[in-house]
This record gives sequence, structure tokens and C-alpha cells, in this order.
Amino acid sequence: MDNAVSPKQKKMIESTGPVGQNATLGSRIFDVFNYLFVSLVAITTILPFVYIIGASFATEYEIATRPMFFIPQDVSTAAYQFIFSSNKILRGFRNSILITVCGTAINLFFTVTMAYALSKTRLRGRNFFLNMVIISMFFSGGMIPGYIVIANILNLKNTYWSVLLPGAISAYNMMIVKNFFQNIPQELEESASMDGCTDIGVLARIVLPLSLPVLATFGLFYAVGHWNAYFGAMIYMKTAKEKWPLQVLLRELIILSNGTAGDMNNLDPEFVQPPEQSVKMAVIVVSTVPIMCVYPFLQKYFVKGVMVGALKG
Amino acid sequence: MSSKAEDRLALHGSGAVYWHKLASEVRRDRWLYVLLAPGVIYFLVFKYLPMFGIVIAFENYVPFTGVLGSEWVGTKWFNSFFGFPAWTTYLANTLILSVMNLVFYFPAPIILALMLNEMRLQRYKRLLQTMLYVPHFISIVIVVSITFVMFGPSGIVYKATESVLGYPIKYMGSPDTFRWMIIGQTIWKETGWGTIIFLAALTNVDTQLYEAAMVDGAGRIRRLWHITLPAIRSTIVLMLILRMGSMLDTGYDHLILMANAMNRKASQTLDVFVYQQGIQSGQFSYASAIGLMKSIVSVTLVVSSNKIAHLLGEQGLY
Repeated sequence: MDNAVSPKQKKMIESTGPVGQNATLGSRIFDVFNYLFVSLVAITTILPFVYIIGASFATEYEIATRPMFFIPQDVSTAAYQFIFSSNKILRGFRNSILITVCGTAINLFFTVTMAYALSKTRLRGRNFFLNMVIISMFFSGGMIPGYIVIANILNLKNTYWSVLLPGAISAYNMMIVKNFFQNIPQELEESASMDGCTDIGVLARIVLPLSLPVLATFGLFYAVGHWNAYFGAMIYMKTAKEKWPLQVLLRELIILSNGTAGDMNNLDPEFVQPPEQSVKMAVIVVSTVPIMCVYPFLQKYFVKGVMVGALKG
Repeated sequence: MSSKAEDRLALHGSGAVYWHKLASEVRRDRWLYVLLAPGVIYFLVFKYLPMFGIVIAFENYVPFTGVLGSEWVGTKWFNSFFGFPAWTTYLANTLILSVMNLVFYFPAPIILALMLNEMRLQRYKRLLQTMLYVPHFISIVIVVSITFVMFGPSGIVYKATESVLGYPIKYMGSPDTFRWMIIGQTIWKETGWGTIIFLAALTNVDTQLYEAAMVDGAGRIRRLWHITLPAIRSTIVLMLILRMGSMLDTGYDHLILMANAMNRKASQTLDVFVYQQGIQSGQFSYASAIGLMKSIVSVTLVVSSNKIAHLLGEQGLY
């Protein structure tokens, strides 16, 4: 092989990445197939949402008779009118908001205070407390001992505390916030403590204002977790129906009312008749809308979060 | 540095000096300890107390007498589980679902990540990714609800199959379809999101390798096979080890929503057993014993698959 490079090879060298700039026929077929396939997968992923949204605005008759459709012929808001006139669903919505807001506030308080204290390398006993956190990431007591602590020892059954407190700190999130605090220039904090600020004052007046983007990110992480959670509310607030969040209500309205469920005795007399299809769909839409509103931010921050975990973890 | 040296000196020297220094440092940082306290209390109460609570697996725990006052029964619960003829069904259901997950779900994000990586229209690729990540953020209750609305007896898919086949398929109430529904839901919900970790690993591939391979006349498929795939091999091994650790986990929050009286032949897994015995029937000790057994098997599986990874020349998990 001498230095002469054939035109074909030259074209290939000019390109970078896994895909050549000027592709051969085989490569083009590969591309067409690839683009088609991934597009199809992506469309399949969001198709159920499109169908549910469309059908939630359709009449019951149309849902029963038309095979597959995305835009209803007769637009009807009857399902939404039913939902927003049902005290039960409105209360569920209110409970979900309450749990999400209070839960996120508790999460941020516990996470920030602990992360700030542990971000100070001068703290006596710091390694002991760090190890305590790390060990808890690998070992857990499991479902039943956790249930006994919350239900029998702390007696939190049928209170909102049973869903607000057990997940107050995510060890993983706390460690990331701690690393963030550690990277804030010490000089800023030192000058404040010279002026007579205590550590709590430094945290509140200097560190927190500098960390607003981080707090927003983790607030969002926690908030989505609370909004989507159902298991805690289902097992700890089983008999306190007036405190049920939307997700537990949804389980009752759609999953248990389907007639296939084993524990039908959990069913509320108000909904012994399975709700109409359009009502089910409208409830699904209503409980998904808040997530969709924050989705653009979620995607941005969550992807970054996973990347940090993947590269540094 | 110097303060550590001083510490050591203090330790070996006079004890009084050490204690004096410790006390003055603790006093200096008293507000930091105040900040630390809520977090430490949280970890003690909600993480460490349950860990010690595992002792109830060896007791006949009665809520009234408490963890410390209940009768010690040794391995009674373990014996009664293995003496119970249906335990093999629970184990089999768990393992079949896990193996199906490994065979059908595990490769899906890898394949999709490789396909996304081959796309050069960056804007279009980002649009597709935006669509693919959506289901990850949706609550499992909503995922199962959507499934019921579409596959249940008045759902669109149910009716469509009925009109095509002439007879209905009971998607939501039959042991034959149960596992496929679970795997399908998992694939739909997590495949898109699962690509991220592999796409992150793919950004580190040296593009010169591709150029060199092209000069040597390697086509698209061969470049994929010989350069791209080896580049994410260690990530795949890592994910596989983590997956091994959850071979006995079938995701109780997902399964409890999908399990019902009609599909119980397939839906009774160890996780469902722990939930039903512990939370629904109040057999706390029995359920904890099964949970403990699951954890021991999981740790063993992670440690041994990590060892195998080391033997095969991979970095592994630790």
C-alpha cells in the first residue's frame, strides 16, 4: 500500500462517526430500514396516549362502535364534566397535590440540611455518617420490616405522614447535592462566617441562593416520585379513603372495577358499576397532565442526571 | 493534612488533650450537627430500624408484644415455606418471568441505542428520543390502567382481536397471556429510557476507529459489530450483573396491579407472596422470612456474577 488513496476511501475518511458520509447502496438500505424502524417504535410508544386523549373526548357510543380512531367525530366533554362534578375524583386530585407539595418540601428540607452538614470535610464523625448513608443504599430491611416500623411502631397508619416521611431522603440524590455544595467556593462562606453568621445562616443566605437550579432539579425529581406513587398510600391509608391520592383512586376505578380483580371487596359502593370507558380515559388524562407539563424540564435534567451517574458513578 | 497529623499525635499523646480538642471542635460546629440531626434520625428510623427488624423472620411476631417481646421460633417459617407444596410454583413463576425479562426486555434498550446511534439527522433523532422517554415518567398505575382500558373486555385491542379471530383473547384475565402482558408493559415503559446509559457509553467511542475500519473496507454492519458493540460491552456486563441481583424480584408494585384471581396460576411470584402474606394477611414473620431469603439469594447472585465477570476479564460492578 502506498500513499495513494482511492477516491472512495478518501470520501470515507472525510466522514466521522459510525456512519459514512457517502454511503454505498447497502449502507443506504440500512439507513432506510433503521430510520423506519426507530420511527415506528417511537410512534408506537406515544400512540396509546394519543388514543386515550382522543377517546376521552368521544361519546360512549363512538368508543364502542368505531374500531381505531384518534380524533372523535362528535366531540363530547361529558366525561370531563362527570369527573369534575365527582367529589371523589376532585378530592383525589387535591390529595395528590397536597402530598406532592408537602412531600417535596419535606424531601428538600431533609436532603439539603443533611447534604450541607456532610459537605463540610472538617466535621467530626463525617465518615461515620457518610458510611451510614452508603450502607443503606445497598442493604434494606425489605417490605415487611419497613411496614412494621411505619404502621406498628410509629403508628402512622391512615395519616399523611405515612406517605410523606418514609422516602424523605433519597440517599443517591443527597450525595449528589452534597457534592454540589462541596464545589461551592469556600471563600464566599468564610467571609459570611467572619461577619458573624452561624453555619445555618451561611446555608440560608449564601449557599441556598447559589443552589437554586440544583434545588429545582431535585425538587422536580422528588415531586414526580410523589405524584406517581401509589403503593405507600395503598397499604398505609387503606381505610382512610378520604385521604387517597389520585393513583390509588385510579387503581380502584379502572383496575379493580374491571371485574377480573381478586379483591373486589375493596371496591367502593359508589363505583360498583364500572365507570364508562370515556370516564376511565378522562381520569387517565387528568392524572397524566401534570407530568406532561413538567416533561420538557424532566427530560433535560433527568438525562443529565443519568449521564452523571453513568460516567462518574 | 496538618490537622490529621495533630489528631494522631493527640491520640497517642495525652488523652485529655484529645478530648479537649474534640469538644472544642464539636462546639465550633454545633450548628452543623443541628443540621445533620434530621437526616441522621431519618436514616436510623426508616432505614436501620427495619434492617434490625429482620429478626422477626425468626420470631412469631405479634404487633401487641412488639419485636422484642415476641416468641423466638428459629427457622420455623423457612421450614413451613419449604414444607408447603406450592412453593415450587411461586419460585417457578418468579424465575420464568425473570428469564423472560432477561431474554426479551434486556436486549431491547441495547438494540434501540445502537440504532439511534446510527442516526445522523440530529434534530430528528432528538424528536424520536423525546417521544421514547415519555412512558418512563408515567406512574405504573397509569400504565396498567391504560392496558386495562385498551386490552380489557370493552377495550379496542380486545374487540379487534375478537373480530379478527372470531373468539376473544382474555388478555387481562388469563395465566397464558399474563407474562406477555408484563413483559410488553416493561418493554413499552422502559426501553426508551434504558437507551440513555448505552448512548452515554457510546459518546466515548474514538471516531478514528471508524475511519480506520472504513479504510480497511468494513461495512456498516461490521463496524457495528467490531467497534460499536465492543465499546459498550462493559456497560452491558454491568447492567447484566445488576439484573442478576434482581432475578427474584418481579416488581411487586407492578405485579400486584396486574395479578387477579383469573391469572393467579402465572401471577403468583415470591413478591406477590410476600405482599399477600405480610400486608394482606398480617403474617408478618412468615413474609419477612421469605423476603430475607430473597435478599440472601440476590446478594449471592450479584457477588457470583461479578466474580464471573472478573474471570472473563471485565471490570464488573466493583
